[in-house]
Amino acid sequence: MTEEARAFGYLTQPEIRFLDAAVERLIPADELGPGAKEAGVTYFIDQQLASVWGSHGRNYRAGPWPEGTPQQGFQSRLTPREIYRAAIREVNVHCLKRFQKVFEYLAPREQDEVLEGLESGAIELPSLSSKLFFALLLRNAMEGYFADPIYGGNRDKAGWRLIGFPGVPASNYNDLIDEHNVPYRVEPVSILDIQQGKVKLDSQGLPKHVKLKDEERNAR
Amino acid sequence: MSATRLKPVDAVVVGTGIVGSILSKELADAGLKVVALERGRMIDPQHDFASPSTYDELKYDRHSDIFQDLSRETITFRNNARETALPMREMGSFKPGEAVGGTSLHWGTHARRLLPWDFETRSRTVERYGKSRMPAGCTSQDWGLTYDELEPYYDQFEHLYGVGGKAGNLNGEIQPGGNPFEGPRSREFPNPPSPMTYAGTMFANACRELGYHPHVNPVAAQTQAYVNPYKLMLGQCIRGGFCSSHACSMGAKANPLTTVMPALLKQANFELRPLSNVVKVNLDSDRKRATGVTYLDASGREFEQPADLAILAAYTFNNVRLMLLSGIGRPYDPDANRGVVGRNYSYQSAGGVTCFFEEKAFNPFMGGGARGTAIDEYNGDNFDHSGLDFFGGAYVAVASGGAMPIRSIRVPPGTPRWGAEWKRAAARYYQRNLTVRLHGACQSYRQNHLDLDPTYRDANGLPLLRMTFDWGDNERSASAWILGKAEEIARAMNPSRMHAQPTAGHYDIVPYQSTHNMGGAVMGADPATSAVNKYLQSWDVSNVFVIGGSAFPQNSANPPTATIGTLACWAADAIKDQYLKRPGALV
Ligand SMILES: Cc1cc2nc3c(=O)[nH]c(=O)nc-3n(C[C@H](O)[C@H](O)[C@H](O)COP(=O)(O)OP(=O)(O)OC[C@H]3O[C@@H](n4cnc5c(N)ncnc54)[C@H](O)[C@@H]3O)c2cc1C
Ligand code: SF4
Repeated sequence: MTEEARAFGYLTQPEIRFLDAAVERLIPADELGPGAKEAGVTYFIDQQLASVWGSHGRNYRAGPWPEGTPQQGFQSRLTPREIYRAAIREVNVHCLKRFQKVFEYLAPREQDEVLEGLESGAIELPSLSSKLFFALLLRNAMEGYFADPIYGGNRDKAGWRLIGFPGVPASNYNDLIDEHNVPYRVEPVSILDIQQGKVKLDSQGLPKHVKLKDEERNAR
Repeated sequence: MSATRLKPVDAVVVGTGIVGSILSKELADAGLKVVALERGRMIDPQHDFASPSTYDELKYDRHSDIFQDLSRETITFRNNARETALPMREMGSFKPGEAVGGTSLHWGTHARRLLPWDFETRSRTVERYGKSRMPAGCTSQDWGLTYDELEPYYDQFEHLYGVGGKAGNLNGEIQPGGNPFEGPRSREFPNPPSPMTYAGTMFANACRELGYHPHVNPVAAQTQAYVNPYKLMLGQCIRGGFCSSHACSMGAKANPLTTVMPALLKQANFELRPLSNVVKVNLDSDRKRATGVTYLDASGREFEQPADLAILAAYTFNNVRLMLLSGIGRPYDPDANRGVVGRNYSYQSAGGVTCFFEEKAFNPFMGGGARGTAIDEYNGDNFDHSGLDFFGGAYVAVASGGAMPIRSIRVPPGTPRWGAEWKRAAARYYQRNLTVRLHGACQSYRQNHLDLDPTYRDANGLPLLRMTFDWGDNERSASAWILGKAEEIARAMNPSRMHAQPTAGHYDIVPYQSTHNMGGAVMGADPATSAVNKYLQSWDVSNVFVIGGSAFPQNSANPPTATIGTLACWAADAIKDQYLKRPGALV
């Protein structure tokens, strides 16, 4: 997807800046490849929040909402949209108090300190559990980094390249089952690639995988 | 609003999953006029499951529109009766389906029979170890029927679903390469076993060194193109990795849409009504006979479908809930340990040892269809429990089910959950780990039960089903002890690091574990402790049959669905051969 094609449907500019900074700490850019920011994870989160999921469209929403035990799972009255909106503002209020700057201007070490405080619950937010927000953020960051690029994240299949995941399978895996301990490294294929006509398909409608040359292989 | 009364039919079937589709087909074949009511939408696999749309982990693992829509109906949950049950607001521990075809549109296809011992859990345990071996409050019991009675129906189901595997016991003779602990089977599997993966081979070699008998999982993901007895053609599984939780684009995953529906839909005496939510089984004035069912259609209009025979095939939860909402059978009272509907709810225990290697390439994305390699030495009563503080067991396996990245990345213990170090570990170990997993039994206890929630309601205003469930000490002990054996096997594979996790603490409804929810309307020989008889017929209302996992008195270690399908074949025969000739109680 080109940069111009990205239209944010829910998040505001300050929220986008906050999330770009936060997800980049969760999955940073390094010598292994792009981080979550470059992989479009913020845009992915925006698209998820704008989707049915963002308003808990298929989840049970009726009250009452007592807190419950950890084993009873998600019990917040808030939807993911409401959680992100409230939490980002409240975390920034915390950052202003503690560092006199909003989250995106903090040094990486300070950002990690804030994220750790949310993860452990040490930072208390006025209107919701910081742990709840962090768990959602981490889950969405992982989803955005590894889900098919049709959802706007995993840009250029960065997540799949990182781990060597081929994406949409080829139809010949059965022939390879006896090739023990031989790494299968191919140019990953996404549903998006197929929709955009970027790959050759076989008679079953599955992609023909192109093997990576030795130097392109993930050497890890 | 008053219900519109429709023309009577011979049989109404609630649900179109594995059970509902088989019952509909068998009863239609016997000449009955059959109507199947399904709350979910119609599915045309060519359309709904067209490639490449099914290779989408985010959709199928999390948000799929063939999973139950929890905004309309969910269950509530608590670990014990001292807590207030709260609704399962998002999909977690299990993922029931809601579509024509039911839950098995997205199942994993692992199709193992139960062990002969499983059907006689209580009597054989007491016989071998004495009454004291039963933990306090344990209500596990015998099924009221034996493996031998079911064997022909296992065979029927396996041929219907094209199960691929290798027999370990053919008519009492142990076969090399198969599972020597399985009950005797009358013939080979209809399809060949799938070859072992690299991870499976390493596990198998380690097991052989330790004297165990490794074998591949029997799977209902076709190992070759196959034509089943209803003359339907299933495609070959490509092991494309997006399998459990996912719909199949290849027509290779056996489920109602590939094995039954295309043949059934051609029959003039069968009618399928999707988007029809059954809310009640109607009884006559003395509550001994069902007169039909009431359902709501897509626009919420209420209909009454009169029928001579009502089949509940609505998965464990709604089988039990519809009985409770309709007043069929006495609700279970855990304090008095009396009543039957809602009694003996159980789940599947788990545990595993994740092994990390430095110089391996497992290509874990190649897999699917419950491909895996297992040993059965610690299952059921296949080992001597003398001196141990539990009964029952687990099978131990390395699965090659297809490692999709969001849910399958594992990093060694001690690695942070995020940041640069996590990223390096994810990149390094995604391809270089495997898990030796326990799939464990779970006994039934007085406290674990299903009833109607006093507070929370569904979109139709009816009470949700309430689940009260926690692990028993028996399950925690079994898991810890068998995990020790799994660690020995893991060590024999020489991993650089290992991470063992037993079933411990409290049952948690958040992480996905399995959709193996059993019991609540259990079968048995005694109406005081079972809701249905050995033919799955309600003891109280003889023209209602309640079929599915709801009938299991406790959860055996083996996955349930081969047995669920088998019970469907067994009950269909009982109805055709006995009930239709002489309607009334079969026992
Ligand atoms: C991800 C996953 C993997 C699995 N893997 C395995 C495996 O490898 N091996 C194994 O043995 N098992 C496995 N299972 C379990 C297996 O799918 C189920 O045991 C099986 O599908 C149950 O079949 P059923 O016909 O009893 O119920 P279902 O298939 O659930 O059918 C019930 C139907 O009834 C409908 N219904 C419910 N209530 C109503 C109502 N009130 N009115 C009208 N219709 C209603 C539902 O919409 C549904 O279509 C797996 C399940 C999941 C989710
Ligand atoms: S792995 Fe096999 S059964 Fe599973 S979805 Fe793919 S082709 Fe279908």
